[in-house]
Amino acid sequence: MALNGIQIFKMTPKTNCKECGSPTCMAFSMKVAQGAAEISACPHMSEEALATLAEATAPPMKTIKVGAGDKEYTLGGETVLYRHDKTFVSRTRYAISLCSCMDDADIDAKLEAMKKVDYERIGEQMYVEMVYVNYHEGDAQDKYLDIVKKAAATGRVLVLGCTDEAVAKAALDICKDGKPILNGANAANAEAMSKLATDAGVVLGVSGADLNELYDTVAKLEGLGNKNLVLDTTGADVKTTFANTVQVRRAAIKNEDRTFGYPSIVNLSKIAKDDKYMQEALVSLFTMKYGSIVVLDQMSYDVALPLYGLRQNVFTDPQKPMTVEPGIYPINGGDENSLCLTTVDFALTYFVVSGELERSGVPCNLLISDAAGMSVLTAWAAGKLSSGTIAKFVQENVEDKIKCRKLVIPGKVAVLKGDLEAKLPGWEIIVAPDEAVQLVKFMKEFK
Amino acid sequence: MPFNQKPEKFAAKINTVTIGNGDKAIALGGESVLPLYTFDGPIDNAPKVGVEITDLGVEDIPGVKAYYEGCGSVADMAKKASEMEGADFVVLSLKGGDPNGEDKPTEDLVAIVKEVVAALGDYPLVVEGSGNVEKDNELLTKVSEACQGTNALIMSAKEENYKTVGASAGLAYGLNVGAESAVDINLAKQLNVITTKLGVNPEKIVMNIGNAAVGYGYEYVVSTMDRIRNAALSQNDDTLQMPIITPVSVDAWSVKESMASEEDMPEWGPAEERGIGMEIMGAAADLVSGSHAVILKHPQSVATIAKMIKELV
Repeated sequence: MALNGIQIFKMTPKTNCKECGSPTCMAFSMKVAQGAAEISACPHMSEEALATLAEATAPPMKTIKVGAGDKEYTLGGETVLYRHDKTFVSRTRYAISLCSCMDDADIDAKLEAMKKVDYERIGEQMYVEMVYVNYHEGDAQDKYLDIVKKAAATGRVLVLGCTDEAVAKAALDICKDGKPILNGANAANAEAMSKLATDAGVVLGVSGADLNELYDTVAKLEGLGNKNLVLDTTGADVKTTFANTVQVRRAAIKNEDRTFGYPSIVNLSKIAKDDKYMQEALVSLFTMKYGSIVVLDQMSYDVALPLYGLRQNVFTDPQKPMTVEPGIYPINGGDENSLCLTTVDFALTYFVVSGELERSGVPCNLLISDAAGMSVLTAWAAGKLSSGTIAKFVQENVEDKIKCRKLVIPGKVAVLKGDLEAKLPGWEIIVAPDEAVQLVKFMKEFK
Repeated sequence: MPFNQKPEKFAAKINTVTIGNGDKAIALGGESVLPLYTFDGPIDNAPKVGVEITDLGVEDIPGVKAYYEGCGSVADMAKKASEMEGADFVVLSLKGGDPNGEDKPTEDLVAIVKEVVAALGDYPLVVEGSGNVEKDNELLTKVSEACQGTNALIMSAKEENYKTVGASAGLAYGLNVGAESAVDINLAKQLNVITTKLGVNPEKIVMNIGNAAVGYGYEYVVSTMDRIRNAALSQNDDTLQMPIITPVSVDAWSVKESMASEEDMPEWGPAEERGIGMEIMGAAADLVSGSHAVILKHPQSVATIAKMIKELV
């Protein structure tokens, strides 16, 4: 719970010494409560008071780091339940699922398929970040460890699904430097697993038969001093899993119940086993609400293309529009002699325009200049898209690369035509239709 | 110490809108909880799945083509669509009427609607216009007449033509009116207000707040739906308590991810599988954000989303 000014005031020395820069302790307390001053500005606070305050002002959901080096990912740390309230900060990460119950050929095929999915979409590299390696109770330990080795060799962050202490220890010995997650604590083994994870310096995954048991186990682990946790919210079926995942996140953010203030793992290989299409539906569902890690049977482009597009959208900061890099984008095999068209760097505009141009089948070059990520009319109104910005971009980046001297401008800024002709001597300026959907016809008829 | 569950219940609720007649009729909305949050309170009317067919006949997607094999007319397709596993209603799109496309005459399209109505009987029907505001003025008026007594949903009344579409579908022929806006809570609210002022019963309005394919500005769809559901339930805003219907298939199948051929993008695999993925993920995301009904076209997507709803609600 956040503390109010009066509660903070009670912890101050009440001497009005002014060393903090405020005239009175009361004024200082009010500032701290509003976040306008740091409690550390007061040199006379007791250790105890500082600890209480640190706890009270801690974020509702912990930020947990997994993986090592350039494969380190941040989970959790969310402060809102809806992106429009501020923004989501840690995108959902995806794992494919391996198990000691699978045969070697199966495992190799899954890992190979996973490696193939690796591509860029609007400045973000898309691939599977994690591999979940499940230990099936009673299987040979050596077989499990072989799979762990294979999975570790891919360089992805591992999630070890293992509740057997001895096996987990052996697995951690192999892969702990990669900072995996040991997803193995439950009500029965919490203490031992926590020690294993802490000794190895890795994050511990916790599960429970229901939310009450999960809650108690987390409280117990926190009591042992382990706050480096993720919560496996997977239940017996889809309905329970959805209820668990939403309620854990809501308890943390809305009700400030910090015991549930940890990232989640949702394992679709358990609740929709071998059902590829159902997993497609559920991975979308849990990307929206509120899976930090979602485990799938496998990954392929038909799943990745929609999924990573969805994730990229949902985790966009509402205050910072998605943009594409300024540059020359050849479409339909456009070359230096092909017609040039220009629009803004707002990703949505770029996608719509480039999509329509592709549909037209006509080779061309799409010129994207920096317009601060605004749409055409907004950018024009804000002075981010003007004859000056377009002319500058064309002269600096286009004229030495493209021979064609015909430039098509968005219909909504037809007003720029005259100015552009003056600023770009030698160029013919052509006005496009108002709407992108009319581009196909425009391009086909353009000669 | 057990976990202290705090259900999020609201005094307000979403309107209930019925489409179709008799046993086969479906009800959209009616709940007082956030989308799919059955752990907070009951959701009596589970979200519904519609199957889209068009006046242009069967599309060239292997799984879709195979499903409608042997259908000689649009009415045959409608009948077949109503029998699809997971289907709750049929959506007839009259996009062939678009003046920028096939530009089919209104009479031809109305004739198709009449055949479909006859083939479906009481089964819930949604009719989508040509998408062209001018053409729909005339087309949807005639379509409404042809649908009289079916309790169909007519889509869509937009800001530009809500008067004609609202008056014919909602007032003259007692049908449900789809109110279509473009991914903006204020536009959605405004259209509901003026359509209601026209005299259309708010319990006969279903919103189409607009959509996008996942990856294509879908964040605006999410936030618009989140905010609408929030306003409807926590602020009891009765101008936003209409249930939401979302056409997923149109956007899902018209982006590069689902259209690029396997020849051009060999590592992407078959285009059909990608289209199904776009459709399924778009629909699941819509439903968890606030849609009460989604419109799909591939039998695999319809079956999957229906199964997901069944498991969740």
